[in-house]
Amino acid sequence: MSLNILFTSANAILPIVIVITWATVLLVVDVFIPKDRKGLTALLAGLGLLFAMVVTILRLNASVTQPASAFNGMVVVDGFASFLFVLFLLSGLLAIILSFDYLKRTGLEHGEYYVLLMFSISGMMLMATAADLIVVFLALELLSIPLYVLAGFAVPRPESEEASLKYFLLGSFSTGIFVYGIALVYGATGTTSISGIVAAVNSGSAQQVLLLIGAAMTMIGLGFKVAIVPFHMWTPDVYQGAPSSVTAFMAVGAKAAGFAALLRIFILAYPSLSVNLTPVLWALSAITMILGNFVAIAQTNIKRLLAYSSIAQAGYIFMAMVPYGDPQVSAQCVSSALFYLVAYTFTSYTAWAVVIMLEQAEGRGLNLDDYAGLGRKYPLLGFAMTVAMLSFIGVPPTLGFVGKFYLFSTVLEGGFNGLALIGLLTSLVSAYYYLRVVVIMYMRTGEPVVSRERWVYYATVVTAVATVVLSIFSSPLFNWAEQAVLKMF
Amino acid sequence: MNYLLHPLTLVTFFPLVGVLILLFLKEEQRTAARWVALVTSLITFGIALAVLVQFDPQNPDLQMLINIPWIQVAGWNITYAMGVDGLSILLLLLTALLTPISILSTWTAVQDRVKDFMIFFLLLEVGMVGVFLAQDLFLFYIFWEFTLVPMYFLIGIWGGGRRMYAAVKFFLYTMAGSVLMLLAILWLGINQGTFYVPDLMVTAPNIVANIQIWLFIAFAAAFAIKVPMWPLHSWLPDAHVEAPTAGSVILAGVLLKMGSYGFLRFNLGFFPAASLKLAPWLAILAVIGIIYGAMVSYAQKDLKKLVAFSSVSHMGFVIFGLFALNLQGIQGSILQMVNHGISTGALFLIVGIIYERRHTRELDQFGGLWKIMPIYGVLTLIVTLSSMGLPGLNGFVGEFTILLGGWGAGQPGGSYGSVWYTAIAAIGVILAAVYLLYMFQKVFLGPVTHEENKSLKDLNWREIVMLVPLLILIFWIGLYPQPFFNLMGPTVEKLVAHLQAAAVAGLP
Repeated sequence: MSLNILFTSANAILPIVIVITWATVLLVVDVFIPKDRKGLTALLAGLGLLFAMVVTILRLNASVTQPASAFNGMVVVDGFASFLFVLFLLSGLLAIILSFDYLKRTGLEHGEYYVLLMFSISGMMLMATAADLIVVFLALELLSIPLYVLAGFAVPRPESEEASLKYFLLGSFSTGIFVYGIALVYGATGTTSISGIVAAVNSGSAQQVLLLIGAAMTMIGLGFKVAIVPFHMWTPDVYQGAPSSVTAFMAVGAKAAGFAALLRIFILAYPSLSVNLTPVLWALSAITMILGNFVAIAQTNIKRLLAYSSIAQAGYIFMAMVPYGDPQVSAQCVSSALFYLVAYTFTSYTAWAVVIMLEQAEGRGLNLDDYAGLGRKYPLLGFAMTVAMLSFIGVPPTLGFVGKFYLFSTVLEGGFNGLALIGLLTSLVSAYYYLRVVVIMYMRTGEPVVSRERWVYYATVVTAVATVVLSIFSSPLFNWAEQAVLKMF
Repeated sequence: MNYLLHPLTLVTFFPLVGVLILLFLKEEQRTAARWVALVTSLITFGIALAVLVQFDPQNPDLQMLINIPWIQVAGWNITYAMGVDGLSILLLLLTALLTPISILSTWTAVQDRVKDFMIFFLLLEVGMVGVFLAQDLFLFYIFWEFTLVPMYFLIGIWGGGRRMYAAVKFFLYTMAGSVLMLLAILWLGINQGTFYVPDLMVTAPNIVANIQIWLFIAFAAAFAIKVPMWPLHSWLPDAHVEAPTAGSVILAGVLLKMGSYGFLRFNLGFFPAASLKLAPWLAILAVIGIIYGAMVSYAQKDLKKLVAFSSVSHMGFVIFGLFALNLQGIQGSILQMVNHGISTGALFLIVGIIYERRHTRELDQFGGLWKIMPIYGVLTLIVTLSSMGLPGLNGFVGEFTILLGGWGAGQPGGSYGSVWYTAIAAIGVILAAVYLLYMFQKVFLGPVTHEENKSLKDLNWREIVMLVPLLILIFWIGLYPQPFFNLMGPTVEKLVAHLQAAAVAGLP
């Protein structure tokens, strides 16, 4: 590869380059930052993400109108990618805000934490640009390996080690399946690039059966990342065992990255397989919504409750993929999933921020009963958590409602009335356990112990208010999500 | 930006001003919180009256329309559309009137977290007014679903002993209906290309028969739970009994009307052919509700439960009138919505007054109160008589018109062809007299049986002030209902013509 191509390619993916370079440099710089001043590392990491965000936003219009292809078509920076860039960087920033005080409080403060976070984000961003299955694999590893480490960050604690090991083992296993899927796709079509697969299918040279098996395996590999049933088994344990700040990041970032790959691969590479795959997607999203929501009812630990809730939420987003084979709806599949991911990001971070503020040493403060009286003693936190719960249920005026409206309309437009009905009825089930949190916060008396670090507090309130305000003034977000997918096809 | 100062936007969102002020108050400033809420709701009532002044009763169409693009993506055409017509003007006024009265009723009854209470109450008003004015299904659904949240908190925080159970049951039960309606709304939005109600009035009636019936059922599920129609009423006694007095007043006075209003505007408006086809079934359910509610009411030992079940019976009349699908039936039904809001609202206030003094609602705990609290007795008697439909008071006018409509429902343009429905419904009027007089007798007549009751104080000025407006309306509607019929007349005539056109055309 000539140097010229390298430069133009690197320029195309500049936000990713910034994050990776910044993280590498920060790894060195961190050595010189004294142990009691790791806040500086957090700040620097945050600045790096902010810088990448500014670059992304400056190039937003260009990416929407003229998608840039780089590295010989291995990656493409289009509206879809830049939309997700912003989402990942935002979730990284929120994760840093949530982490700093939490780590200090729980004695986990190490500079590598932020560096690992940044590496993981770069993997997610790469995932959003991937136009080749090999790049998807690379990105998957780049985002996962730091997360394996982060999940075990509370290292003397056995649950954290268990979480890390479980995540690592099952994660590697699923990656293995994913790679095997790529191999089969390659065997079927002679290429791993998405456009190549389509070309092979169109020319009739592809082996349909082999391609179908390969496609199914890639779906399983990514299904594990986004935690859809039956590939969700790891989620509750890992979410519970990992440090809460890592869980918050994982619940949003890793899920969104998994969906980024799923959406692009399915809609661009596998439309020809929709006859066979749509029923599978239908069934998976239905059981994910049903199982996630029903099992969540039985939870008494807030982290496990949110873990099952995140499984259920993945089911809703997955639902948007069901009509992917219908060319009239496929663009809306992507944009509604993107929109819901934004709603999910704000909602999820709000909830996790409250969890983090209530968590005490040795895992105390994580039971639902510990939330008794929160609404009265800390009205703003109670408000924030209520907004998050209502948004998860899909009650207006919250982003969760508008997002679900968009998702369900996509599903209905694809003609899957039954699935939409299942989705709506399971939302009703979910109302039961989400409301239980609200009931405990407002209708029981108690003395909740809260560590109200300033920045976490602000972040909580801001995300909660954004969840409400963006739902009323949602047009710009809708437009962006629609624009983002225009040049994708 | 003139739509921000549009009267309908103002009347809907003005309570938010009060919420904003309340947010800056301290928790200890209870009196200030009460006054802020009261004044805000009174100003809202004033704006509602201004809307009434501008309202042209001769015009059958939506008036003071606002229609501003809101979300125009994904092929949707969602607008911020508000409007008022003969179907909603009375309900708007009822809501705006009952809110300050309810706030007045909390003056001494609510001592705990007054500020939060008032915030939720004003938010509730925003939702309720919005439901009656929204002319875009998306907007309507947002208001509709939003009313759940403040009511849920009002029951759950300030309610009685089983408040958490009641609050969650209320929320889940109502939401169960709402999600089905949401599915129907989405279907309409996608397949008709608009959420704008006046447009859908034109296009939706042409939807093919079997889909139209499904859509009708999906909407009806949400509304029937809200009304509530038998057999979907089981959330109501729990919610009513546990809710604080003001919550019960609003619940009975306004929230239940949202259900019957929904039937009126959406089920009859969008699916006239399906309405004609399904009207006999709904009439049967309504009649069962009338009789069942009355009988269960008679069996209650708790005053509040008695009034709560009487709502099932009275709302049965409302639905019965609506699905007569003729002029008298629908007019009577709308008037009866208002009547029920006034009478039952007043009854809940009356129950609240005695509960505040005695902290019990058991019928056995009372007796002979007439001698101790004469003013209270007289006012209660009037309200009771109004609720049971004594001629000269409001309940009679509504129920009589509904029964007339039901009787005429067999005529061309009507739907269910037998007068038996009406005959059975009329028994409900007698049963109402039975349980209401039984209640009155147990509480007010006979000797004073309990020592504690002897020292009860009669009504104070505040309590009289909050009941008087309702009493005036009870007499006004009872003696001279014409102005009220005039307000809704042209719109209802247009709706009936709409239904008749569908009857002539048959199922598409």
